Amino acid sequence: MLQIKNLKASINKKNILKGLDISINPGELHAIMGPNGSGKSTLANVLSGKSGYEISGEIKYKGKDLSELKVDERAQNGIFLAFQYPTEIPGVNTNNFLRTSLNKVRKARGEKALDALSFLKLMKEKASELGIEEKMLSRQLNVGFSGGEKKKNEILQMKILNPNLVVLDETDSGLDIDALKIIADGVNSFRDKANSFLVITHYQRLLDYIKPDFVHVLSDGKIIKSGSIELAKELEKTGYKNII
Amino acid sequence: MSKENIKTNQEYKYGFETKIDSFKAPKGLSEDTIKFISKIKKEPKWLLEWRLKAFSRLNKLKEPNWQKPKYPKINYQDLYYYSSPKSMKDKPKSLDEVDPKLLETYKKLGIPLNEQKKLSGVAVDAVFDSVSVATTFKDELTKKGIIFCSISEAIQKHPDLVKKYLGSVIPLTDHYFATLNSAVFTDGSFVYIPPNVRCPMELSTYFRINASETGQFERTLIIADKGSYVSYLEGCTAPMRDENQLHAANVELVALDDAEIKYSTVQNWYPGDENGVGGIYNFVTKRGACRGKNSKISWTQVETGSAITWKYPSCILQGDNSVGEFYSIAITNNHQKADTGTKMIHLGKNTKSKIISKGISAGKADNTYRGLVDIGKKAQNSRNYTQCDSLLMGNKCGAHTIPYIKNKNSTSTVEHEATTSKINEEQLFYCNQRGLDQEEAVSLIVNGFCKEVLQQLPMEFAVEAQKLVGISLEGSVG
Repeated sequence: MLQIKNLKASINKKNILKGLDISINPGELHAIMGPNGSGKSTLANVLSGKSGYEISGEIKYKGKDLSELKVDERAQNGIFLAFQYPTEIPGVNTNNFLRTSLNKVRKARGEKALDALSFLKLMKEKASELGIEEKMLSRQLNVGFSGGEKKKNEILQMKILNPNLVVLDETDSGLDIDALKIIADGVNSFRDKANSFLVITHYQRLLDYIKPDFVHVLSDGKIIKSGSIELAKELEKTGYKNII
Repeated sequence: MSKENIKTNQEYKYGFETKIDSFKAPKGLSEDTIKFISKIKKEPKWLLEWRLKAFSRLNKLKEPNWQKPKYPKINYQDLYYYSSPKSMKDKPKSLDEVDPKLLETYKKLGIPLNEQKKLSGVAVDAVFDSVSVATTFKDELTKKGIIFCSISEAIQKHPDLVKKYLGSVIPLTDHYFATLNSAVFTDGSFVYIPPNVRCPMELSTYFRINASETGQFERTLIIADKGSYVSYLEGCTAPMRDENQLHAANVELVALDDAEIKYSTVQNWYPGDENGVGGIYNFVTKRGACRGKNSKISWTQVETGSAITWKYPSCILQGDNSVGEFYSIAITNNHQKADTGTKMIHLGKNTKSKIISKGISAGKADNTYRGLVDIGKKAQNSRNYTQCDSLLMGNKCGAHTIPYIKNKNSTSTVEHEATTSKINEEQLFYCNQRGLDQEEAVSLIVNGFCKEVLQQLPMEFAVEAQKLVGISLEGSVG
């Protein structure tokens, strides 16, 4: 699904990623842990194609070089980023935004656009799985949403857009335990043989609910250690200092 | 400027010119020109005298120059003041007699005029250069006693109403462009809604400038008698040319006791090219008088076109408890300039006004909100709320907010809020990450920014206006 080789990224001449390698097969869920400033969010941004970075190295997605694709093209090809801080877009109805988004992705897949009625049906079904009230969906996108609502909305979008590679950027930050469980259930229900996940997190807590196949430790722009869930548990006990 | 200079390779899809023979008044501004216009329209003597009075006043007035956007001096002697398709000279009695080229023009503009295809629920008066081509749904409206026709026709058929109200909101002596219009106005729409009638459909005028070197001076007069209601919409387009063309219209609204007028504008005059060559000078005077108690006038404008937009649709709140509203979106891109806003003149007791202005500036454009809230001594317990938001795209454009507030009594309140922001990279990234390309993202975010105003538009036009907002900003980011 995703092969990253010797990825380097800098912004404003500051080197952030300094030769990162990772390979994710279909169906696998990889967790990336690391201290603040290690380059976790940069990795998420670079994967989704955000502008402003100087990049070298290789990113292959579904066997194709990603570097030529713009952010929206990557999204249409099935890369989904759940944002750490989903931005507010005043005046834009959440339902309408999601429908516009879905129909763009469907068009790229060669599928027909969903009409308003079929979309609403799909939306209701997925929203209820996440315990999202319909009222929230007719509000302006992320405007006045609580931290939990924003993150649920990200997972809802994931379920509706049906991507192949999901990058969760510190989705657990700022969540209480109930919201965390709901988010984890949402992610787990979306796991299957075809979808891959890159879960970026600072704390091991999320991995109690979303079981990773692999855990990597990112430090100073490189992966310095990889292992199983046990690595995450060890980190939780001893902190990053002992590894770095 | 020769006709061959019209550009065809740009995105302004209304930029075509209809090849049609036109009948023009001799070039230049003079008493003879005014007499020519009045004669060709077979006007009564009082109106000619009225026009000439305006002209003599005009000679004493100076063109104002306090506005932010400056422009090269207009040579008023080098303009045509009257241009009519030749085929309209014999006043066709029905649509069957109207030149098919004209009908085709409106069809291309998305305004079909023939009976089978006309827009449902919207009656249209189509004005081409200096004359009204046709008015649809006339019979249905007549049954309710509603008069909707060209102002030229109203002058012939309803002289008493015209005489009573023409110039009663915008006096002859008002200011340079308004006075110019009073001297040389050619056509426009006339609406009268009788007492206690709710107009059953949207009334709409579509203005089209076609001829070159021609100014358009239209005059619209809308009267809502006691207890009546009308919603009126105007749209405007023009061919793409290298020259600047002047459009100086006067619009007067009168609302009597308990009456309501909702006036919406979707202005899409040719804005000039990306280097600022050509485009319309849109110098328009629009004013409404809430003359009766409990009356209401609401202006909504979506200004996306024109090289320069310079206008302040205003409300004079004379009647006690009357309400004035102004909702505005002004989008300027490339070298476009806008200096627009409103005046709310509170004279009666308990009068209320609300101003929501959204200015969007991109490219090298400059966008000014200028507004006056004037609460008189006798306007006790009056209230105004003003909100001005500006959105900037890029580093080369400008946004300015110039509010003038005068409150002459202690029982009234005025609130003013203003924000200026840049289009947010994070919002664009978010939309892109959900599969929307840059232009779709900009359109979505800007439409969200303008939502409070867009939702004031009649449904039939809101969708068009949303698209227009997106199109006007194409190529402005990234």
